[in-house]
Amino acid sequence: MNTTAIDTAPPAPADHYCLTESPPRNGTLLGFWIYLMSDCFIFASLFACYAVLGTEYAGGPTGAEVLDLPGLAVNTALLLVSSVVFGFAMLEMARQRKGAMLGWLAVAGLLAVAFVSFEIHEFLVMIADGAGPGRSAFLSSFFTLVATHGLHVTLGILWLVVLMVQTVKFGLNTDNVRRLRCLSMFWHFLDLVWVGVFSYVYLVGVLR
Amino acid sequence: MLEAMPHRAAIWNFLFGRLTLDSLPFLANNAEGRILLVTLAVVVIIGVAILAAITKARKWGYLWHEWFTSVDHKKLGIMYMILGTVMLLRGFSDAIMMRAQQAYAFGPHMGYLPPQHYDQIFSAHGAIMIFFVGMTYIVGLMNYIMPLQIGSRDVAFPYLNNLSFWFTFGGAILFMVSLFLGDFSMAGWLGYPPVSELQQGPGVDYYIWGLQLSGVGTLLTGINFVVTILKMRAPGMTLMKMPVFTWTTLATSGLIIATFPVLTATLFLLGLDRYVGTHFFTDGFGGNLMMYINLIWIWGHPEVYILILPLFGVFSEIVPTFSGKPLFAYSSMVYATIAIMILSYLVWLHHFFTMGSGADVNSFFSLTTMMIAIPTGVKIFNWLFTMYRGRVRYTVPMLWAMGFLFTFTIGGMTGVMLSVTPADFLLHNSLFLIAHFHNVIIGGVVFGVFAAVNFWFPKAFGFKLDEFWGKATFWFWLVGFWVAFGPLYVLGLMGVTRRLSHFDDPSLQPYFIVAAFGAFLIALGILSFIIQIYVSIRQRKEYAVGGDPWDGRTLEWSTSSPPPEYNYAFIPVVHHRDAWAAMKKFGFTRPRGGYNDIHMPKNTPTGVVIGALAFACAFGLVWYIWWLAALSLLGVIVVSIVHSFDYHQHHHIHADEVRRSESGSNQAAAQGASA
Repeated sequence: MNTTAIDTAPPAPADHYCLTESPPRNGTLLGFWIYLMSDCFIFASLFACYAVLGTEYAGGPTGAEVLDLPGLAVNTALLLVSSVVFGFAMLEMARQRKGAMLGWLAVAGLLAVAFVSFEIHEFLVMIADGAGPGRSAFLSSFFTLVATHGLHVTLGILWLVVLMVQTVKFGLNTDNVRRLRCLSMFWHFLDLVWVGVFSYVYLVGVLR
Repeated sequence: MLEAMPHRAAIWNFLFGRLTLDSLPFLANNAEGRILLVTLAVVVIIGVAILAAITKARKWGYLWHEWFTSVDHKKLGIMYMILGTVMLLRGFSDAIMMRAQQAYAFGPHMGYLPPQHYDQIFSAHGAIMIFFVGMTYIVGLMNYIMPLQIGSRDVAFPYLNNLSFWFTFGGAILFMVSLFLGDFSMAGWLGYPPVSELQQGPGVDYYIWGLQLSGVGTLLTGINFVVTILKMRAPGMTLMKMPVFTWTTLATSGLIIATFPVLTATLFLLGLDRYVGTHFFTDGFGGNLMMYINLIWIWGHPEVYILILPLFGVFSEIVPTFSGKPLFAYSSMVYATIAIMILSYLVWLHHFFTMGSGADVNSFFSLTTMMIAIPTGVKIFNWLFTMYRGRVRYTVPMLWAMGFLFTFTIGGMTGVMLSVTPADFLLHNSLFLIAHFHNVIIGGVVFGVFAAVNFWFPKAFGFKLDEFWGKATFWFWLVGFWVAFGPLYVLGLMGVTRRLSHFDDPSLQPYFIVAAFGAFLIALGILSFIIQIYVSIRQRKEYAVGGDPWDGRTLEWSTSSPPPEYNYAFIPVVHHRDAWAAMKKFGFTRPRGGYNDIHMPKNTPTGVVIGALAFACAFGLVWYIWWLAALSLLGVIVVSIVHSFDYHQHHHIHADEVRRSESGSNQAAAQGASA
């Protein structure tokens, strides 16, 4: 066999096999991070749709007419504070203080529940005013983008509840710590997306 | 917007949504109904026969415990390959029906397929061939080979891997159900609006939900593979020492992660338009139809590279092995792969130069499209120079590789022709385009899959595939392809457009008859493949091989055939590219004792259960059976939560057991396989 050109590394190394087992490597955090990046593409698509359709009012209401900025300011504050609070929870987790961590997690969860409730209320008011998702392409893209974010937050709340139960039951074991780290990334990610929604959908939507 | 429910008692509408007896097309008293009735009969007979055989052999427990619930990447890989082959038969049946119709339907003869049936067939053919044949095959190959090549025991997320398979399977079943329950989309393989918005009935909804299921599966697979490659390589295997197939798996998985979410979003928006009455892609109320075309191709063009890149990897393994030389210019192969991966994201608009986006935009996409030919050309020359002055062994995988080099190069060149915008205005949506993409997909993806199956089958099962029938498969496919698609190039240049079920001009008929004959030759190729599998299984004792039947170069050939559950008793240490070739050259010693306990993931039924529930949810959505959709969606959430309460998802294989299995293994001894 002609293998002269394999490469120029030193010949005949001694070790061809690992003789001992190394602990399994865990890629969950990296995997979850990559999942978040793929989720970014879903949001990117929805943002792109809003960019294209955001002024297609089809004779219906414009952004300035239907979007409620003061309510939105409160709502944004709720979500951002929730993110900060989640950060407190993670600090407590690092100090192995389970009770304090659960307390902060509960606060973060309640703030998120308030956020979603506000959002649903806003949607219901708009639909009652005849500005539902079927009224115009602008409203279709508005509802879809904002509701997709809201759906993510809702799933995040469900996940939070499950993880709190699991932490109470099984303590801060390796698995739970890893899961909480993933949820933490998810939580901050949704915050980041919301900053985009807030500035591009609401602020720009009201201005144009 | 949702359509009206059928007129019947409210309770029936609640229970069955819009599903009625009229939704069973095989009951219709016409040609279409009779074709479907015969198909249904055949499917039922074959299905019952298989189920009966499994029951008689008492294999249900075995299938459930060893296969369906398995998280072993090798078993999942094999299951993907079987699913791909079944779907290939379905997709090819559609193809041969189209060829028969077009060869016959001239002038007064209307053919045997009415237009609405013909439209469903070409839509189903395209969607099935891409999503459930091409994607399924490449995911199967990557699943089987990549973890072995990097010296790993499994993928990073074995349970997720099982779940991905069952999502894909659910999507495939949904497509199959559409044959006998309701209809299928008539909107082409990409479901273009306005047809996909306006078509009544469940057809488009089958399409949407089938693809959503398989799309989720594919996305999870992509994430899984990237983490596996980045985190679980054997010690010493730096990125630039990875086998090229693993590199292409990394690139393809990266593309999957960056594009499949766009597909999910796009189909989701199409679904909203159909179900909720939004106006994303409608003609009125500010909707923008071309936005769909843009979004779907932002996914769709990278998709064709998702399909082809792993096969480039396959050829990069086969050509060096059978030329007895390392791959020519490894680094340029890697950089070409990365260049293709990036460029594939910048060409989507070439699918609709005729949109009218202006000369500047068209020029940009025209140039990027031409540019992609450069890294691809680099690859072609790398393979050629690998063969140059090598001692080429003309085995079946090598024949496929050479058939690929010839066929794919021509397909690539017609692609460059299409990238010239003025030419594209003439050739757009013509049979020339059809011939072009079949030229690259059959010549690249299909040839690559057959090459890979012939190459790695001995690894997976411990015996080689029959050489004679393998060669017969190759020649029937190669000749059949050119006979079937050569005439389509000519017809396309003459201006014949795609997707027509009837022609007026009789002078075109001879071309279509030749093309139909080509399809018949390909049918013989598929038949030869089935015979090849059958004959090889019959003579498996005679064809039995050791761990390294081809004098391979990468790590998967260093373990036994088939590999044990844990792949490697001792994880290999990598010092060189073509790690196994180097180990053989430097006279490696395999440890014959001192085995350790091995930590492996445990099988789980959760994937099957969630896959089944997701299928039920999709079925409920297709037929407006809301209670079913809601309950099964709830079921998915509940089962996922229950699964997360199981903290013991691993088990240990005892050192004794490893010793027992290693003592009976057929892996190559030191330098044993070097010729």
